[in-house]
Amino acid sequence: MSPHDGISLGVSGLTTWLETAEGPLHAVDGVDLEVRPGECFALVGESGCGKSMTALSVLRLLPEAGHISAGAVHLGGEDLLALPEAAMRAVRGRRIAMIFQEPSTSLNPVLTVGRQIVEVIERHTDVSGDAARAKVLELLAAVGIADGERRFGEYPFQLSGGLKQRVMIAAALAADPDVLVADEPTTALDVTIQAQILDLLKKLQSERGMAVLLISHDLAVVAQMAQRVAVMYAGQIVEVATREAFFRAPQHPYSQMLFAALPAAANRGAPLAVIPGQVPALTQRFRSCRFADRCGLVFERCRTEPPALVPAGLGHAARCHLREAGQAGPRSAGPGAAAVHAAGEPGPLLLEVSGLKVHFPIRRGLLRRVAGHVKAVDGVSFGIREGRTLALVGESGCGKTTAGKALLQLIRPTAGTVRFGGRELTALSRSELRPVRAAMQIVFQDPYASLNPRMRVADILAEGIQALGAAATAAELDRRIDAMLEQVGLPRESRKRYPHEFSGGQRQRIAIARALAVEPRLIVCDEPTSALDVSVQAQILNLLKDLQDRLGLAYLFITHNIAVVGHLAHEVAVMHQGRIVEHGPVGDVLSRPQHAYTRELLASVPEIDAVPER
Amino acid sequence: MPVILVTDVLVWLLVAAAAGYAYYCRRHDHLAAPWRRVFASRAAMVSLVVLCAYLAAGLADSLHFRARLESGGPGAPAAYSNEVMSLLDVAVGDLRTRSEKTYSAPFATRLYAKELIELPGGKSVRDYPRLRFGGAHLKTEADRGADVAAKALAALAAAVAVWGALGWALRGFARSRPGVPWRAAWLALGALLALAAPAFALSGGYHVLGTDKVGQDVFYLSLKSIRTSLVIGTLTTLVMLPLGAAVGIMAGYFKGWVDDVIQYAYTTLNSIPAVLLIAASVLMMQVYIDTHPELFPTTAQRADLRLLFLCVILGLTSWTGLARLLRGESLKLRELEYIQAAHAFGVSHARIIGRHILPNVMHIIIISLVMDFSGLVLAEAVLSYVGVGVDPSTTSFGTMINNARLEMAREPMVWWALAAAFWFMFVLVLVANLFADAVRDGFDPRVRVGGGGA
Repeated sequence: MSPHDGISLGVSGLTTWLETAEGPLHAVDGVDLEVRPGECFALVGESGCGKSMTALSVLRLLPEAGHISAGAVHLGGEDLLALPEAAMRAVRGRRIAMIFQEPSTSLNPVLTVGRQIVEVIERHTDVSGDAARAKVLELLAAVGIADGERRFGEYPFQLSGGLKQRVMIAAALAADPDVLVADEPTTALDVTIQAQILDLLKKLQSERGMAVLLISHDLAVVAQMAQRVAVMYAGQIVEVATREAFFRAPQHPYSQMLFAALPAAANRGAPLAVIPGQVPALTQRFRSCRFADRCGLVFERCRTEPPALVPAGLGHAARCHLREAGQAGPRSAGPGAAAVHAAGEPGPLLLEVSGLKVHFPIRRGLLRRVAGHVKAVDGVSFGIREGRTLALVGESGCGKTTAGKALLQLIRPTAGTVRFGGRELTALSRSELRPVRAAMQIVFQDPYASLNPRMRVADILAEGIQALGAAATAAELDRRIDAMLEQVGLPRESRKRYPHEFSGGQRQRIAIARALAVEPRLIVCDEPTSALDVSVQAQILNLLKDLQDRLGLAYLFITHNIAVVGHLAHEVAVMHQGRIVEHGPVGDVLSRPQHAYTRELLASVPEIDAVPER
Repeated sequence: MPVILVTDVLVWLLVAAAAGYAYYCRRHDHLAAPWRRVFASRAAMVSLVVLCAYLAAGLADSLHFRARLESGGPGAPAAYSNEVMSLLDVAVGDLRTRSEKTYSAPFATRLYAKELIELPGGKSVRDYPRLRFGGAHLKTEADRGADVAAKALAALAAAVAVWGALGWALRGFARSRPGVPWRAAWLALGALLALAAPAFALSGGYHVLGTDKVGQDVFYLSLKSIRTSLVIGTLTTLVMLPLGAAVGIMAGYFKGWVDDVIQYAYTTLNSIPAVLLIAASVLMMQVYIDTHPELFPTTAQRADLRLLFLCVILGLTSWTGLARLLRGESLKLRELEYIQAAHAFGVSHARIIGRHILPNVMHIIIISLVMDFSGLVLAEAVLSYVGVGVDPSTTSFGTMINNARLEMAREPMVWWALAAAFWFMFVLVLVANLFADAVRDGFDPRVRVGGGGA
């Protein structure tokens, strides 16, 4: 189909530098890849590995500090890097289009949806006027928007996140590009919407014979979408393979560890594999394997000689010296036998919530009269036993976070009761609540927003202890802060440092230490790992599990990640539109869902081990 | 006998507060880091040098006293002049008293207006009379050019010598603190000295910037105006800052009816034309001053009260901008998770505001203070021009412009008073703005390229 050797997009030796205060940062360091027509090629990696920079380099849309210092990008036989900027503008959107992660910020809020797609068509093709409008309606139908006529004249704020992403895809397809670059196209979406968008992309790709370069951090999404996979680490591709080969037997130690770090029902009860250390700073020049310091299989040669991509089977290559000796075996599906998780004696009921309602008033007009209510939480009841984990699962906007905050009385519930250790909380005043506060704490999703950037770690940890008057003397306070840091596995020196000096995973440890400092019995974990990379998520999940075993903590684990639920929780409550639709032991709910919504939710979760046959 | 004016006290308190803040910043790395970025900027260092020169003049002019009169015998009770002097007046020597009759151009030896002159022979001619002080030391007026050149060159040479010596002496200090563009600061200091030294040297024999309508030296008036500008620019913030910060943060943090009340208050205040409000208040103040002469032993004290009052009024009408900024930021911050976490610990409202919100809006406060400064300096000039600004006996750029305004229509034009006020004010506002820009960049987290590294 393509006139050039059957390759739609060819990248060779691409090197992109970002200018920083510490010198040039080699964000992308010699990346080679080829995407064929009708093929979906996935770039996988954790944050900061250079996958998005690769995509932006291909389109020459780098931030101001970045520039491409070497390499070539061939699109149908033409080197894009040699084109002048004016010619490049004709390429973007026409021959190579991009969709971004965040649909809500990718559309201009003051233009109608139709106008924005027409703009692309008029810019890149000879079609205009009514013909362009007809084309837009056709495109909207193609991306599965039923009511195209009406949506044409609507503004982005009138659309849901999934619809916006469909519009973005329609705009990207408007000029029939040969290549579509999709940078985390579903990361900001709910799991049911994600399934729809992935299906749509797959359908459009096969219909149009388009080449897709998919950027993702999610191995499960890649398993569903891609024909070929490349894993990036520290600016380099460390492994490239067909999907089947990659998911059967990953050859690079980093890929292997990524798989081992994934939580799942299968490895329940066993600690997840953890990749020690951090990604090395990319400002240095490497004279060793970039993964050497974190690799469990490191040996002499790794320290002295950077490995090249070594072929390991048909169309499979890995940047590892070990592969010269032969291929690694297929990966095992986790320690299956570990499922013998001791059910344990269910402890006494610690928290009992019944009929909890949180309604937010909608005010209108000059006098702000209440015109109605948003029923964020609408009659929720559950109980948590001592030392157990209840997972509250649901999609964004279902009220799970509000429910968590309402039971802590951070948001006052509209109705219902919250009994903690036999004491009714909803009637207590702010000061009466203070003694109860020590027993229930919260850990938030975003480790960057949950720590005050202007306070030292010691002050952050001391705040709760001081506010609750839990420590009598300064020496006692000091001792407790040290004990907390030790418990979450941070060095004692961290107490004098500021949050910005820590990585995301370390910051989440500090947040956990802060909650632990007042010796709570229940911790509400509000999506504590969803802002973290897979390898870091494994560390935090291990830590939470370990703390529960040692201290007998109870968790209310609020999440949208079903895999984490299967790994960690004892019981599950599924929330939908402010109500709990299904509640039960984790094994029952996940394997034999009763409610239609639970079934839909579970069916939408992409699974690695269910690599579809072709 | 020292005379303690209210504004002097406040100015020095402010200096002490700034010194305290600087000391506190030095001991807290996260506070010092943005300032280090500020001082790493060339524009900031250059403008800081110039700003320091203005500040030195303003502070020297903020130490007042009344000179002891040489009168009476040894046993007589000490009598003091009822004229209040400042350290600056002493420093510039007799510039203050060397008044001519009326206008004279810069470096002139004769008056700007023709007068009837009595000649020794009893005849009288109508001509430009010689000045009493300007160029009075010259034997003939033809020597003026050579004399000016010689004095200027000598002063320049001295300035260069001092400049070089200073650079050499401080070289070790600069080397021990890398990362600061000392070279740019040193060059700026050189330029400043090259301008200031000849000006001061020549001001002994000439009116460097001419004289005004009542014969006062314009150079002296310009120097005296600096203090007025600085006082207006800084003291106003003393009124504005606590009000704006407290009200803005409270509105954003508590929301609900507190927010409604505060928003209605500042919307109302903003919809009254500020000049009208200021004019009404100043007139009320003037009436009070006029009816209570016994409260003010000297004119300086009376003028000072009016200046202070002007600051208060300006502060009361200009806090709304800051409050609005802080309200928005607090609205955002209160939803942040670390504030929620503090609520989960049962931390009190006052403590949350003090420990979590205030430190996190501090950068906005600092930036808006520095930005407001230049606006206030200009506002004073405008208000004084309109006639509702400072007391007529207080020298300020506004009064200088107001006095010079009528003479613009005169032929030939009297341009020097206006030009002097313009340049002095222009440089002050320019360096304040440049410095504010650097501060804003230093405190903007987005400018930090690869800051963390860890």
